[in-house]
Amino acid sequence: MIKKKTPKERRIILKHADDPSYSNKISCYLKNDGYSMLKKAFKMKPEQIGEEVLKSGVRGRGGAGFPAGMKWKFLDRKSGKPIYLICNADESEPGTFKDRQIIYKDPHQLIEGMMIAAYAIQAKQAFIYIRAEFFEGARILENAIAEAKSKNFCGENILGSKFSCDLIVHRGAGAYICGEETGLIESLEGKRPNPRIKPPYFPAVLGLYQCPTIVNNVETLCNVKHILEIGGEEFSKIGKPNNTGTRIWCVSGHVQKPGYYEFECGALTLGEMIYDVCGGLLPGRTLKAVIPGGSSSKILRADERFTGKLKDGTDFDWGIEDIPLDFDGPASAGSMSGSGGIIVMDNSVDMVEAMANINAFYAHESCGQCTPCREGSLWMRKITKRMCSGDAREEDADLLLSVANQIEGRTICAFGEAAAWPTQSFIAKFRDEFEEKAKGDSNKPTLQLI
Amino acid sequence: MELSLETLKKIDEVIPKYPEKRSAALMVIHFVQDELGSISDETCSWIAEKLDLEPINIKELITFYPMLRETPWGKKHIRVCRTLPCALRGSYKTCKVLEEKLGVMEGHVREDGEFSIEFMECLADCGEGPVVMVDEQTFENIEGKKAEEFAELILEEKLDSSKSFTSYEDALVSNNSKSKKSQNK
Ligand SMILES: Cc1cc2nc3c(=O)[nH]c(=O)nc-3n(C[C@H](O)[C@H](O)[C@H](O)COP(=O)(O)O)c2cc1C
Ligand code: SF4
Ligand code: FES
Repeated sequence: MIKKKTPKERRIILKHADDPSYSNKISCYLKNDGYSMLKKAFKMKPEQIGEEVLKSGVRGRGGAGFPAGMKWKFLDRKSGKPIYLICNADESEPGTFKDRQIIYKDPHQLIEGMMIAAYAIQAKQAFIYIRAEFFEGARILENAIAEAKSKNFCGENILGSKFSCDLIVHRGAGAYICGEETGLIESLEGKRPNPRIKPPYFPAVLGLYQCPTIVNNVETLCNVKHILEIGGEEFSKIGKPNNTGTRIWCVSGHVQKPGYYEFECGALTLGEMIYDVCGGLLPGRTLKAVIPGGSSSKILRADERFTGKLKDGTDFDWGIEDIPLDFDGPASAGSMSGSGGIIVMDNSVDMVEAMANINAFYAHESCGQCTPCREGSLWMRKITKRMCSGDAREEDADLLLSVANQIEGRTICAFGEAAAWPTQSFIAKFRDEFEEKAKGDSNKPTLQLI
Repeated sequence: MELSLETLKKIDEVIPKYPEKRSAALMVIHFVQDELGSISDETCSWIAEKLDLEPINIKELITFYPMLRETPWGKKHIRVCRTLPCALRGSYKTCKVLEEKLGVMEGHVREDGEFSIEFMECLADCGEGPVVMVDEQTFENIEGKKAEEFAELILEEKLDSSKSFTSYEDALVSNNSKSKKSQNK
């Protein structure tokens, strides 16, 4: 193998996160020029900020990758109803641990980003919906908000601008579906987090209390501050067209150095991430598969070829290691960059066990509103678990596939797809292993994944 | 049902923060559960009344959200992450070790009420799996041999003073001289 230079991180969002002299206190944040962008924001008109965000091309970091500026434009401003801003800090997609770093280590960056966003969309009330397992994270945010309030960066008549916005930290209670934005809104209304159907319930039109609401991910909202700092135009030059800015990738599983790494979009390939940045695989192992964007994204097999045409018309022919790490790369390879959670699996993994592990997650987390999702996810768990208990049958691969196919596209929210895609892609790419199981070859020693 | 003045104060402060009372439900339940350990039917009715709701409106939350409880966990509650990234790093074994050492199966409370173990879904720290939470503290890379030592320390109530294991939360404040542990009670 030719030894290349290790690609260098470009830390914008995580600039200070791991600096031992940095703390999550406001004094430290102010020393590093904190809240100066909020001051700058108040010298601008709210619409101008929206324009900058639109120009920046920044896409949502929560999973769907929808351009933030465009989402803000969809806000129903004519209704006269109050507008709400919600930060999605549920961080519940398996394989994802980036928002945690921001919340625990640099909470004021998020608060500044949120206050700028709130001013831009004219929201007088903002919320941070945080997963309940982040016990200390919620306390850190509460403290940071109290500090920000005492310095008038939040609350009434912020910095004399006549703009007021209050910020509430709201804790979830351990349900993955609260990460889905309409489920989150129901939860924030004090109800079960049953997602709402779109249309008509697009949050920008009919969100919290049926009022126009913007839901953005933690990392997305932090970006707003940096867009203001360098300008939308300049920001759009970071990364690649349609894939602007940096992204925090979270690598887990079978690599030497798992962790979170921030790179300009498209600055490196999946292979460079695994072999150069994360120090390669464990000794004596070979790469088997990668799930590139959180457990809901479709799995990629190590020896696949990915071919097709890119948006700009050029042809591509990639091996798994050539897939560019940005929004469009994993999508071109038939999967998605999702939440940025890259799960690496080596040749020690039994794919049926891995599938059973994932299916157990979705079966546990379905909210239960839609029959295909509720029943289908349970059956997929049951079948794969049975397969791993020495009772696999020849028809199981087809059976699993038929269940998954009956979920996809037939549900209220995208959880249905999130539950179906893993099964569909595992069967498409590792059917041989599922069929192997039925031949009674289930005694080979494996990692225990279920 | 008796709640401390401190909890009552927190509840009375949080409700008016929200544009609509009902939105405070989860936060109020958290405050009450933090003190009582679980939410009984009587407590459900009390919370509902506070928020001008029917008891069912609270009950339906308790029975839906995994972290809300109708019966309490043990005095020390151990959460082990079960999801794929942690499992790839050996969390099933970690869970088994903890079960054996602490003498309680996951999903259960030990008879004397001291310990309980929960095999949970992703705790959003997947790069450092297997991840184990002891009450509100997060511990990383608890695999194989380390899991045994970890379990021993929990049994001997020496985890807090141990040098071998520093929680994610404590590592954050290690620069500041005072430890956060004392605040978490
Ligand atoms: C099942 C499911 C779970 C989700 N979990 C999260 C999550 O934990 N955090 C998050 O930011 N977005 C999550 N999303 C995406 C949100 O619905 C929403 O698109 C996102 O918060 C919007 O923010 P963004 O545009 O800044 O990405 C989830 C979506 C689905 C369907
Ligand atoms: S798809 Fe699943 S999670 Fe989403 S609303 Fe339907 S049952 Fe609930
Ligand atoms: S899988 Fe264990 S923390 Fe995410």
